[in-house]
Amino acid sequence: MKSSANKVLLSGNHAVAEAAIRAGCHLYFGYPITPQNEIPEYMSEHLPKIKGGAFVQAESELAAINMVLGAAATGRRVMTTSSSPGISLMQEGISYLAALELPCVIANMVRGGPGLGNIATAQSDYFQSTRGGGHGDYRTITLAPCTVQEIYDLTQLGFYLADKYRGPVIIQGEGLLGQMVEPVELKEPDKKDLPPKDWALTGAKDRPGRMLRSLILEEGILEEHNWKLNRKYLEIEKKEKRFESFRMEDANLAVVAYGSVARIAKGAIKRVREEGLKVGMIRPISLWPFPGEAIRKAAEKVSQFLVIELSCGQMIEDVRLALAGKAEVNFYGRPGGGVIPNPAEFGRVISRNYYQKVRKAR
Amino acid sequence: MLTKMVFSGFGGQGIMMMGYALANAVMKDGHEVTLLPAYGAEVRGGSANCTIAISDDEIASPVASAPEFIVVMSTPAFLRFQNHIKSGGMLILNSSLIEGETIREDIKVIPVPAGKWALELGDLRVANFVMLGAFARLTGLVALKSLEEALVSLFPARKAKLLELNQRALRFGYQTIEKEEK
Repeated sequence: MKSSANKVLLSGNHAVAEAAIRAGCHLYFGYPITPQNEIPEYMSEHLPKIKGGAFVQAESELAAINMVLGAAATGRRVMTTSSSPGISLMQEGISYLAALELPCVIANMVRGGPGLGNIATAQSDYFQSTRGGGHGDYRTITLAPCTVQEIYDLTQLGFYLADKYRGPVIIQGEGLLGQMVEPVELKEPDKKDLPPKDWALTGAKDRPGRMLRSLILEEGILEEHNWKLNRKYLEIEKKEKRFESFRMEDANLAVVAYGSVARIAKGAIKRVREEGLKVGMIRPISLWPFPGEAIRKAAEKVSQFLVIELSCGQMIEDVRLALAGKAEVNFYGRPGGGVIPNPAEFGRVISRNYYQKVRKAR
Repeated sequence: MLTKMVFSGFGGQGIMMMGYALANAVMKDGHEVTLLPAYGAEVRGGSANCTIAISDDEIASPVASAPEFIVVMSTPAFLRFQNHIKSGGMLILNSSLIEGETIREDIKVIPVPAGKWALELGDLRVANFVMLGAFARLTGLVALKSLEEALVSLFPARKAKLLELNQRALRFGYQTIEKEEK
């Protein structure tokens, strides 16, 4: 029996906040939006008690992300959190953060869209998070947890990677994950081997001045800057891919799912395994960089892939790109903002795919 | 073994507190647990429910397809959730508030007059923990002592009187069901 006795019970939202505070993030700027209001609530209670800590409820998401930018420029750890419509409003700031190479963590507890949508859980912001989101040639590391412990762990990892690679990191939460309550072990953050922040604007007393700017008009310099960013993104793609593999050892059908949907799909796979169906799952943990090699490698043994998402199909494009036609890719999805699917529903979909595709092929 | 259950009723009846107390207790007993509150644009008097999964192994889905146990504290919750329960499962209903009979013949139905018993303790608001005490006895999923201890972490120290009352409610529900069984 795995012991949970030394853990604390936290909601996903509180886990984001607690992980950030323990990672040394004592500055928070945000604007309220359901379903992540427990994060600013928690921050507003705890940060003012910390020396040098600050919680500001900004007048808008635009103000919040630019306060994050200002604080990040001083080299302090800083975060903001929001949900889909609020994250859309922050995209300009995120593009500037990427251009200025400023570290920060942004958690998006995704809700139903487009527009104001509703407050129910969704996975429809995959494109926005993994393709940059704002203007310009940039990417943001995007981490997608599926348990409250993983929300805690990945939030701390997010701060580490933000400092290591100098840029904004997105924690791709979901409404459901923010509200869900589970035991969490409060680990201490990893801070080793981080580069010095020799770019931070800390006052130029006894040293030459520094400047952070994203307007680059000199001929050829912007191109050079973009090549530099690109080298960084290529390095991240090489080193920071993360995924979980579940029951893939003898699988004939591979489910690809992330976040809460991966949990529900795992429950479904356990059900169909009891009926003798050889089904496994690859769960991308980093959505960008996308763990394409793991999927391509699985295709050496598996010819059928089933992507399940709480959207009409976004991650499926990355799965198709990874497979490059090496295997058949099918899809099951429901738009976010609706009824939460259960393991029985996914089990029926997986069985149907299995009998129609895998059995037929033999 | 994986067991799933749903607590449901009106917003304001303390449904989430029931879930939170149970999750705390089973966590401290060393089990894996997931508590999934249904969150909507909920209000006091609206509907409220939460799903709890308890296991000794990693819990895959926090969502239940067909829970083994369902507690209903209000008539709308009864009408909504009686169809969800697993065949052979148990439906525990607050008979102080719920009238009408279930259409299911394949489940066990246990009426618990939680509201009436809470009034006997002098406060209708503890009907939730009277019910949770009865739930613990009927399902055997958690020890009464674990629940009583879990409540300590849910009530701040300055609310010692409330803590004591709620612990008494747990015991009352548990022991009254126990007596009825004999």
